[in-house]
Amino acid sequence: MTLPTALDLAQAVRTGERSAVEVVEEHLARVEEAEPEVHAFNLVAGEEARAAAAQVDARVARGEDPGPLAGVPLALKDNLCTRGLPTTCSSRILAGWVPPYDATAVSRAVRSGAVVIGKTNLDEFAMGSSTENSAFGPTRNPLDPIRVPGGSSGGSAAAVAAGFAPLALGSDTGGSIRQPAALCGVVGLKPTYGVVSRYGLVAFASSLDQVGPLARTVGDAVALLEAIAGHDPADSTSLDRPAPALSGCLAQGVEGLRIGVIQELAGVEGIAPEVGARLHEAADALAGAGAKVDEVSVPATMWGLPAYYLLAPAEASSNLARYDGVRYGLRLARPDITSMYEATRSAGFGPEVKRRIMLGTFALSAGYYDAYYGQAQRVRTLIIESFAAAYERFDALLSPTAPTTAFPLGSRTADPLAMYLSDVCTVASSLAGHPALSVPFGTGEGGLPVGIQVMAPALGEPVMVRVGAALEDLAP
Amino acid sequence: MTTSPGGWETVVGLEVHCELRTATKLFCGCRNAFGEEPNTSVCPVCLGLPGSLPVLNAHAVELAMRIGAALHCEVRPSIFHRKNYFYPDMPKDYQISQYDQPINVGGYLELPDGTRVGIVRAHMEEDTGKSTHVGGGGRIHEASHSLVDYNRAGVPLVEIVSAPDIRSADQARAYVNELRGILVATGASDGKMEEGSLRVDANVSVRRAGSDAYGTRCEVKNLNSLRSLARAVEHEAARQVALLEAGQAVVQETRHWDEGAGRTQALRSKEEAFDYRYFPEPDLVPLEPDGPWRARVAASLPPLPAERRARVAALAPGAPPDRVAAVVELGLDGLVLEAAAAGADPALALSRAANEVAARAPAAGGLDPGAFASLLQMESRGELTPTQAKAVLSRLLDGQRDPAGVARELGFEALPATDLAQAVDEAIAALPREWERYLSGEDKLAGVFVGAVMKATRGRADGKAVTGLLRERRRSQAG
Ligand SMILES: [Zn+2]
Repeated sequence: MTLPTALDLAQAVRTGERSAVEVVEEHLARVEEAEPEVHAFNLVAGEEARAAAAQVDARVARGEDPGPLAGVPLALKDNLCTRGLPTTCSSRILAGWVPPYDATAVSRAVRSGAVVIGKTNLDEFAMGSSTENSAFGPTRNPLDPIRVPGGSSGGSAAAVAAGFAPLALGSDTGGSIRQPAALCGVVGLKPTYGVVSRYGLVAFASSLDQVGPLARTVGDAVALLEAIAGHDPADSTSLDRPAPALSGCLAQGVEGLRIGVIQELAGVEGIAPEVGARLHEAADALAGAGAKVDEVSVPATMWGLPAYYLLAPAEASSNLARYDGVRYGLRLARPDITSMYEATRSAGFGPEVKRRIMLGTFALSAGYYDAYYGQAQRVRTLIIESFAAAYERFDALLSPTAPTTAFPLGSRTADPLAMYLSDVCTVASSLAGHPALSVPFGTGEGGLPVGIQVMAPALGEPVMVRVGAALEDLAP
Repeated sequence: MTTSPGGWETVVGLEVHCELRTATKLFCGCRNAFGEEPNTSVCPVCLGLPGSLPVLNAHAVELAMRIGAALHCEVRPSIFHRKNYFYPDMPKDYQISQYDQPINVGGYLELPDGTRVGIVRAHMEEDTGKSTHVGGGGRIHEASHSLVDYNRAGVPLVEIVSAPDIRSADQARAYVNELRGILVATGASDGKMEEGSLRVDANVSVRRAGSDAYGTRCEVKNLNSLRSLARAVEHEAARQVALLEAGQAVVQETRHWDEGAGRTQALRSKEEAFDYRYFPEPDLVPLEPDGPWRARVAASLPPLPAERRARVAALAPGAPPDRVAAVVELGLDGLVLEAAAAGADPALALSRAANEVAARAPAAGGLDPGAFASLLQMESRGELTPTQAKAVLSRLLDGQRDPAGVARELGFEALPATDLAQAVDEAIAALPREWERYLSGEDKLAGVFVGAVMKATRGRADGKAVTGLLRERRRSQAG
């Protein structure tokens, strides 16, 4: 099926050609039909979506500007706070908690006219690469239900791929937007750290987390990014600059751009042959479109994974301490505070979250801090320097988004290290704080989609979306 | 005294937590107020709700910089860390604090007696909430349940850590008193120990007099007043001396001061070795106050107690130092300086301020310096006796403004000088034998004449002025 883009839908609603209510009903109907198999959502907010759509229509009827995303259904990863709608992070520990406020990215998207239709499933607290680590059961890949959608924003990627919503928001800490986008055959964009406010995004690893869009086209992803980006005084790490203007870059082509294919990631251990083949075809296609394409060595990218799996759990061990049963969420009553903490946290967190809390606690312990956390921070600096050297010669860099196409449910759950390798291509730009984009480019074994990752230096979104849009046009 | 009779020296370092007087909390817009209904001054940030983020309060930074400048610290670029531990009063189960890169380092505080106490650091951090344990006599282990009030969670604190340069309970008390004066003067704190605005922990150890090595120290907590601090230091030092003299060792531990029992007790907590797993707070950016901001803060510092004492002392040389200190501490030094500038005798102004005015502390602020100066001048000229002057001062402190008018009202109108001279001459004429003896050197007979003049003038004469006139008459008769 060929579905209209988000921008087409918004245009139709803005001109009165279609009503927002009708658009929302059409999407809710698809949810009703396929959701039982896919399980993209933790919560479908049908009534709230209908009411919000009716307000968009009322604005159109009054001749007011309903915003650039007028009436477009939007799925939200369930780690983004929504006023009045439960926010679970797919964890039992947050049972019953309803945020009293909206995340900045959510309120900005809604102000642009988007209509929230539900909260999507994720790996618990965004820790995972398959959306199997959810307290509410796994999400399945809409393209092949025996396979995972990737993760941790697997619910958002599946919702877009299944046509439940043209737009979704995810969060990316080490690849959690890009990898599921690749596995579900959609576009996923992780902005430069600080471009989108983290206020209201439930923290996993604060120095890495970024909110970003998932969509079926680069143009739609850019439209959603433009709606949510820009300085937010509520987030001290948000960059003090206006949202980047990106729509104008989409049609600029790649003529004259210098694009490097990262050797280390092109031949990474465990890479599927078809994924490697698609990468080289993508490189050739860009060269054919006028780009200067060459191979480049960025050795520090290979140190990304161990550094990431120290830094992210370290921050997570602290960020997740507050789930202690005292103020909100799950509480298992016990006679004293220490046993209440232990019982609540033992019951509330799943095994992967516990594993990372323990890893992170250990990495920060006295006597180990410098060997683990300190060393990982030094690697982070090396990665930034290694990228800087590459960006002296190239405007953008290319790699696979994930080493393989979507894998079967259960095939990696017994082996955390195999699962962690799913992030091998994506963690480096997260550690550097750089933007990165995954664009579908052909298929691999069994017709499953392959994603190509476009990376750019900090605030290099304009050149990144130029390359992404070109790849989208050139894709087979 | 720095050594006890047994040849032991007490060594004290103090950690003072100062709540900053900002309108809002350190990382959110909630009111920073004392005594509100529980959990009414809270928001997602200070409750640590999922997804909330801290934003640093610029005014708190400014006050912290003022404290640093007032304590002669180096004010430098700093970062925040997370101090991780589980505690129900602490909404995030970590405290945002400064660790190895604090905003203020390496200063000193000078005590009124001239002793310099080193300041190791004065760093910023957030306060915790407060628990109330219900049932079981309010003790956590026997309570049926606990209630937490998060109004105080996120209130800005500066922790001021002294070097172990304090050598006695009296010095510890003087240090906190002086520090409180500085914190109030800079506008950083209201200085109220009883409301917990200032909280003091004391690190106490003892050593043989003359030794350079430090003994094992204990940290004493729950010091809610200057009196508690002094008593606790004294008691803890004595406890340690007794242990050491009995051949036992001091165990490094945290001890709780029990004001009622007058002793310190080891806290009952299990011997947990806390590992706070400090790491840089990723939700905040480095704090780098620029040069102009630092310069503005340094330039905006009001005169500090030491400087104010020096000014008063310079005006009234030879004045007792504790009198000068008392006047400055009560904020009456301005009154003394203004009165002196208006022509009053500085020593007399200082004495009246430190005694009669200080005794009426709350009313002292309303005392008009001009009226105060006029009154002092009337007294110096002999137009009022000291007793009369004090009576007039009391009326001025009640809110009256015109000392001459008050004196008239009270019937204290001084005798015109000619009337006084006449009364003296009449007394001399009436008592010729006594006058002969006075002329021959029996000074004590002056009292007879003063009494006679007083009687004749119904108490309106100033005794000192009468004595002066008597001396004058004797000199002229002798010459
Ligand atoms: Zn607050």
